[in-house]
Amino acid sequence: MTESTEVKIPVSGIGIRHKARASIALIGNPNAGKSTLFNRLTGLRQTTGNFPGVTVEKHLGTVQLSNSALNLVDLPGIYSLDGNSVDERIAVDVTLGRVPGTERPSGLLVVIDATHIYQGLYLLQQLQELQLPTMVALTMIDAATASGITIDIAKLREAIGGIPVYPVSSISGHGLDELKTGLESITEIDTQAIPASWPELSETAEQLKQQLGHDWQRIDVIQALLQTHPDLAGKLEQQLGDETVADLRRRLFGEAPPPAVEARRRYQWVKNVITDVQEQAPLYVKMGAKIVRWTNRPWPATLLFFAVLLLVFQAVFTWATPMMDAIDGASSGLGHWIVSQMGETALSSFLADGVIAGVGSVVIFLPQILILFLFIIVLEDTGYLARTSFLMDRVMRTVGLSGQSVIPMLSSFACAVPSIMATRVIPDRRDRIATILAAPFMTCSARLPIYALLIAAFVPDEPVGWMNLQGLVLFALYILGILGGLGTALLLKSSALKGPIPNFMLALPEFRIPNFQTVAIKLFDRGRIFLKRAGSVIFVVAILVWTLAYFPRMDPAEHVVPITETHAADQSNIQNLQAAAQMEQSWLGRIGRTIEPVFKPLGWDWRVSSAVVAGFPAREVVVAVMGTIYAVGSEAEDQRLSEKLKSAKWPDGRLIFTLPMVLGLLIFYAWCLQCAATLATIKRETNTWKWPVFAWLYMTTIGYSGAFIVYQVGSLL
Amino acid sequence: MTLADLAPGDKARLEEINTQDPGVIRLMMLGMVEDITVSMENIAIGGDPLEVGFFGSSVSLRKEQARHFKVSRITTGD
Repeated sequence: MTESTEVKIPVSGIGIRHKARASIALIGNPNAGKSTLFNRLTGLRQTTGNFPGVTVEKHLGTVQLSNSALNLVDLPGIYSLDGNSVDERIAVDVTLGRVPGTERPSGLLVVIDATHIYQGLYLLQQLQELQLPTMVALTMIDAATASGITIDIAKLREAIGGIPVYPVSSISGHGLDELKTGLESITEIDTQAIPASWPELSETAEQLKQQLGHDWQRIDVIQALLQTHPDLAGKLEQQLGDETVADLRRRLFGEAPPPAVEARRRYQWVKNVITDVQEQAPLYVKMGAKIVRWTNRPWPATLLFFAVLLLVFQAVFTWATPMMDAIDGASSGLGHWIVSQMGETALSSFLADGVIAGVGSVVIFLPQILILFLFIIVLEDTGYLARTSFLMDRVMRTVGLSGQSVIPMLSSFACAVPSIMATRVIPDRRDRIATILAAPFMTCSARLPIYALLIAAFVPDEPVGWMNLQGLVLFALYILGILGGLGTALLLKSSALKGPIPNFMLALPEFRIPNFQTVAIKLFDRGRIFLKRAGSVIFVVAILVWTLAYFPRMDPAEHVVPITETHAADQSNIQNLQAAAQMEQSWLGRIGRTIEPVFKPLGWDWRVSSAVVAGFPAREVVVAVMGTIYAVGSEAEDQRLSEKLKSAKWPDGRLIFTLPMVLGLLIFYAWCLQCAATLATIKRETNTWKWPVFAWLYMTTIGYSGAFIVYQVGSLL
Repeated sequence: MTLADLAPGDKARLEEINTQDPGVIRLMMLGMVEDITVSMENIAIGGDPLEVGFFGSSVSLRKEQARHFKVSRITTGD
């Protein structure tokens, strides 16, 4: 009778949330539509983290099935298990359960792009040696149909040893329900039923595994024999003796390098399967495809590349303005409202000038940053970012690198931290370090606030052809960053990191229309990370700066403000002068005065100097600090920070923000490494303090020198 | 004739691959093995790198590696 006491909730309409019972790895070639499928299956029930000990992003999600739930792990895309770069090795190690602290997946959902089953089936064959329950999601099925490809699913399933194959379209959602129903029983699939596509290798490995003992899996033995995993190869040779292993290799692979034999052997099998299951209708090339093909030609593609870059800068400046005005109005309105409600006390000043002005001056750049990230995400998802490395390879060669360094450098325009991690695709260590040290020069989104502030204040808003002068100056600053980065790479590759010019080989994805949901999730993620930083680091710094600027309070009676005749009647001016005097004798003013001599040759007063110094842990703080410094001095006035900068003066009445000084300040920002997160990432990725220390000293020196030269020479003219 | 000698639009068959170059093995793992038909899609400004298509995929590589692939031309592009 206990049931009668419970409140009955109708089950329909409320999703029953099951607890995940097993972990399934989502694995496939790059650009096979893995992330889109992952988002489709897990919805918003996902988290992003790092694998223990390594910094590859781990996307974890739960897929709710009708009777149970499964955890899904999304891994970086790979072409084979013979991990060539750091990134691939990590994906492989996680799949194989070699990463300590990460559970070996209990099943694999292999994602194969229906328009690229050639490379997809190659990976699938290697994965079969893992002897894990496996299922195939055949994505982009509608794209395949559109280009005249028909795949016989039943025959494909038969050809790959009965592994279930589910055709899906992540765009229309077609096939997802069937896939989910299939996933329900994934762990029950009999792994022994999967036939080997290369029986001699699999059988030899199986026999050796029995002989070697428990810590060997079949895949370990295979990779040791193929010499694609040097550590395991060494271990095998040690346990069995060099002679025996050499004999085995000769018997299995002949005289050619084992990985070459593997490629020949497995792709031969793939070709046979494709002949059996796939039909390609005579290709009728559609108008859209023709246009895309034309834009891939060298000259149109290169011109398009620069046109896209210009468009991005234009958009960042023009589209964001209305939203920025709204945020600005809201934050200053809120500050005034607090002061009017609470009166002028230390607390109200703290809230209005410290917290709201500080955080508000950073949040105001959220629209610009989102627009920038939107472009980068869309470019990445259309496959265009990869194509730029093809276009730019020649240029990169002149500085001793390859086109593979282009993607990390381009994503550096958003943030150097993920871009330094993205250098893991670069196989050679010297090339990787040169790219890591060049990446922080690229104009990241945290530089945007200070650029935007100074450009809006000191560059006239007037048209230049179809562009606008402000957009053009911003473009020039990006070029300055690129030159700094390329120059650094050239310098390093011809001195400390001298080595041959790296090879360049890269699979180029074809043009795809990005998935709205995937773009939205990525964009949301970026915005969240930015706000989290604005809400933590910047918040703390803003409060610290407010405290230093507000205390110690001076006694108004003791300090007589000199009143000259010209503004004797002007009450607000008296307040301003009082506030300025307060600022000068505050702790911040005293610190600023102490460091002022260092930056005086650059034309900076103590306020600019203290803002810059405060920005060394995180450069976006600078605008917040300037906001605080200038807000605390001008309660009577109601104007934007840029207006306040324009009227800032030296004690002798000269303007501080002259053109040479502003240009120097911009150059300092373009080249200086003011980001603790970047330094920490360089340390983690290079495994030594040598490189972050070098990067910091080097970039600070050239930033300072650049600003010094521009200011000194500019002031003479 | 090697892959490096093809003009944009040409189609050719891969005949023999010199596996002594480590970069070549990497390309083989991406599917560039003997007896497949490839097409020269694009050649970047300056003549290098090349974009080669096969089985619906595109791979870019340098001329230096392309010379290790002996080919026989099937058709010439426009």
